[in-house]
Amino acid sequence: MGVLPNPLGRSHGTKAAKANKPNRGAAAAEWADDRLGLATAAKKQIRKVFPDHWSFMLGEIALWSFVVLLLTGVFLTFWFQPSMAEVEYQGSYDELRGVEMSQAYASTLDISFDVRGGLLLRQMHHWSAMLFIAAMLVHMMRVFLTGAFRKPRELNWVIGGLLILLGIVEGFAGYSLPDDLLSGTGLRIADGLVKATPVVGTYMSFYMFGGEFPGDEIIPRLYMVHILLIPGLILALIAAHMLLLVYHKHTQWPGPGRTEENVVGYPMMPVYAAKAGGFFFIVFGITALMGGLLSINPVWKYGPYDPSKVTAGSQPDWYMGIAEGLLRIMPGWETHIFGKTISWNVMLPGQIAPMVLLTMVLAWPFLEAWVTGDKREHHLLQRPRNAPTRTAFFVAMMSVYGLLWAAGGNDILAVQLGLSMEGITYFMRVAVFAVPVIVFIFVKRWCISLQRHDNETLLHGYETGVIMRSPEGGYTERHLPISESRAFTMTARDRDVVLDGSEPVDANGVEAPGSRLDGIRHRLSKALFADNVQKPTREELDEGHHHAEEEHAHEIEAGMDQPADGHQFDGRHTVEEESLRH
Amino acid sequence: MSSEIELRDGETSLEKAAEEPIANPGLPEHKWRPTDVDPKAEKRAERQVATLFLISMAASVAFVVAYLTIDVGDNPDTFGGLGASTLALGLALGTALLAIGIGVIHWARKLMGDHEIVEMRHPARSSDEDREYAVNELLTGIEESGIGRRPLVRNTLLGALGLVGLPFIIGLGDLGPLPGRKLYHTVWKPGMRVTRDVVGTPIKVSDLEIGDLVNAEPEIVFAVNEEGEHELHGVELQVAKSKAAVILVRMEPHEITAAKGRENWSVDGIICYSKICTHVGCPISLNERKSHHLLCPCHQSTFDLADNGRVIFGPAARALPQLPLMVDDEGYLVAQDDFDQPVGPSFWERG
Repeated sequence: MGVLPNPLGRSHGTKAAKANKPNRGAAAAEWADDRLGLATAAKKQIRKVFPDHWSFMLGEIALWSFVVLLLTGVFLTFWFQPSMAEVEYQGSYDELRGVEMSQAYASTLDISFDVRGGLLLRQMHHWSAMLFIAAMLVHMMRVFLTGAFRKPRELNWVIGGLLILLGIVEGFAGYSLPDDLLSGTGLRIADGLVKATPVVGTYMSFYMFGGEFPGDEIIPRLYMVHILLIPGLILALIAAHMLLLVYHKHTQWPGPGRTEENVVGYPMMPVYAAKAGGFFFIVFGITALMGGLLSINPVWKYGPYDPSKVTAGSQPDWYMGIAEGLLRIMPGWETHIFGKTISWNVMLPGQIAPMVLLTMVLAWPFLEAWVTGDKREHHLLQRPRNAPTRTAFFVAMMSVYGLLWAAGGNDILAVQLGLSMEGITYFMRVAVFAVPVIVFIFVKRWCISLQRHDNETLLHGYETGVIMRSPEGGYTERHLPISESRAFTMTARDRDVVLDGSEPVDANGVEAPGSRLDGIRHRLSKALFADNVQKPTREELDEGHHHAEEEHAHEIEAGMDQPADGHQFDGRHTVEEESLRH
Repeated sequence: MSSEIELRDGETSLEKAAEEPIANPGLPEHKWRPTDVDPKAEKRAERQVATLFLISMAASVAFVVAYLTIDVGDNPDTFGGLGASTLALGLALGTALLAIGIGVIHWARKLMGDHEIVEMRHPARSSDEDREYAVNELLTGIEESGIGRRPLVRNTLLGALGLVGLPFIIGLGDLGPLPGRKLYHTVWKPGMRVTRDVVGTPIKVSDLEIGDLVNAEPEIVFAVNEEGEHELHGVELQVAKSKAAVILVRMEPHEITAAKGRENWSVDGIICYSKICTHVGCPISLNERKSHHLLCPCHQSTFDLADNGRVIFGPAARALPQLPLMVDDEGYLVAQDDFDQPVGPSFWERG
């Protein structure tokens, strides 16, 4: 590089200047760049802009808790023995000394009682797994409700969905490893789910467990899946997720100076790197505090796995809750036909329903893009209220999730609330279909009301809380216009285009090919957007302002322009040389 | 637009389309922080950040001290079930990490430059020239490979690639044995004694009161050979238990409504069922003494023990298999035979 004339005179000059003052750091950087071309790769990234908003931190929690999982997981592998060979426990925990158990369970007890910091690491690992999945779910809510999944980010949305699915499977594999009574029960339920698969279920079960349940292969196999296969996939998908994030640049909220064409925020170096890096330590630190202060999965209390035992109130980790709820509320349907059995009671809730629910959510961006026919890129986020149908759909899905989650604890609910468990189950069977419909309608109307309120605020100003009495004795509330930047932010959204079905035939009166599909599209378009409230036009705004000014003029004439004491300090007026009026 | 805004990748105006009701007012002016204008505030923030880093150092040292001095051990119940070691290590590590995190973020918020920067976006798609160029390059490559002109080579390659997957799929064959008839049998045999769970003692009719429920296993689960070793252990024992576990319950003989062919399966009101739920295989354990209802703690399937183990509630689809009982010469309860159907969850071939 040194011998070639550098076309960028300035940077060459800088380099030459540095060469005069030998500097170890610069020399090392030059050595590396000569071989790796780092400067070219990094020059655009070093000051890359990231917009700032609290909700953009949710995905970061997920990312950092995954890093914590990798770190604590590596430590755990040093001591954990993934073997189902039978051993007699001789460790420090009195209550189980002399008991026969699998090596996996015995080594988990050793980690908990004989390795210094072992229990801390186990608990940190478990807490960060919960944090990982919870953060992914909340991050997904943020992305969906703000429309951040729109073009060009649809594929990243799907990658995120796969990450959640993998995270849940990874969590299940992980808590199955200690081979305690609770995790063995979980595996037994998994075996039941697998056996319900038509045609190949029995074979799948025998291949999974290396023979008949429980066999002596499942723990070593799950261990491989848990520490190599799924983490590898998650890591690869996270890398793709982040690369696409960098390539697309982050979305941003609309506001003064923020447009679809730019991104406004802090540079990667130093502010964003410091905030993100610092946040890693905060997530790690909170996980450490949780690991030290909050007991989780005390496997020594459950005892080793024994297929003839189970504890009352058996519960999986919370993220398996909806699968558990689905299994519990399903009626006992089974078909016997041609000497074969189809277990609808297990297959539908255990295998099909969770996939259908996930697919519905993952497919939404594609449905929306198809209905609108919108091919533009979208980088400005939408407020949930400005996409009422979408918001209502997602909140309805959330209500299904919540109901199934509650159904997964129907026995605990029955005990805690003094209700009949059967009653709760029958209620849930109806509620999972009825409640989302009610929630959908309610949330959609709520969003539309909020849109109307926004328009009210734009046209007539905000409510000051100042009540005025007219000479006739009537009372009105004084409205004042909102600031320009707030008004701009509220109007910085697209008008919805509703396809009204007016062109089902082409100019020659012949039905265009695919017009039936178009018919569906037009109907969906109406369902999605027809009820939405659009932002006011410039004329409407001007008229609104004009009207307000007129009203104000009347008030002045009537000598009513005397705001209440202290009102001048509402932050919207200059208050210099103002003192509190008496 | 404020003069403090740095523009990158070429300046573009922020003008809005004409139909927008309110024009974009542009970025608000940069607001100076107290730490930007007041050297005292700046110094204070600097000291706060450094203090946080010092706290972190102290906590790291505290972690090492706790690691070396506090016993990890047999009493997990100190300090609310956490153990002194776990608690001390967790607090120290948490503080060491949190102090770094809070310190760095405090530094970023108070002392690092806080000018917002504007960067222009570019469409995600490649330019038309790039697309055309790439497609041409690709077509040239395909052309030079001759894959289109030599269908014999192409088709045989596709065949080879398709088949080379087979070795890897067939290689999974030894993941497990084939199911065969294994799911149809348990270790129960005619004349095998019913023994109490955990202790393994055989049971006489007189041992059970009306209303009693006993968790039981076949006696082979506890059997020992001449050398005093268990006949079944490890995986064999687990598999045997996972299918052969039963519950014995005694009720008034007249309360039992036995199905056809099961009239002599109970002994003086003592009746025996598989303990393995027919839903997804949890061991069933919750007995309602008065109603003879048995509830699975996993998914709440409920079975009527007086009525052939019929499902009366919940997601299970099939009745609990019943083990036919009789009494042997010494008066102990034994099985007449194995179950007459597979126990546990349904599977395709079951019929």
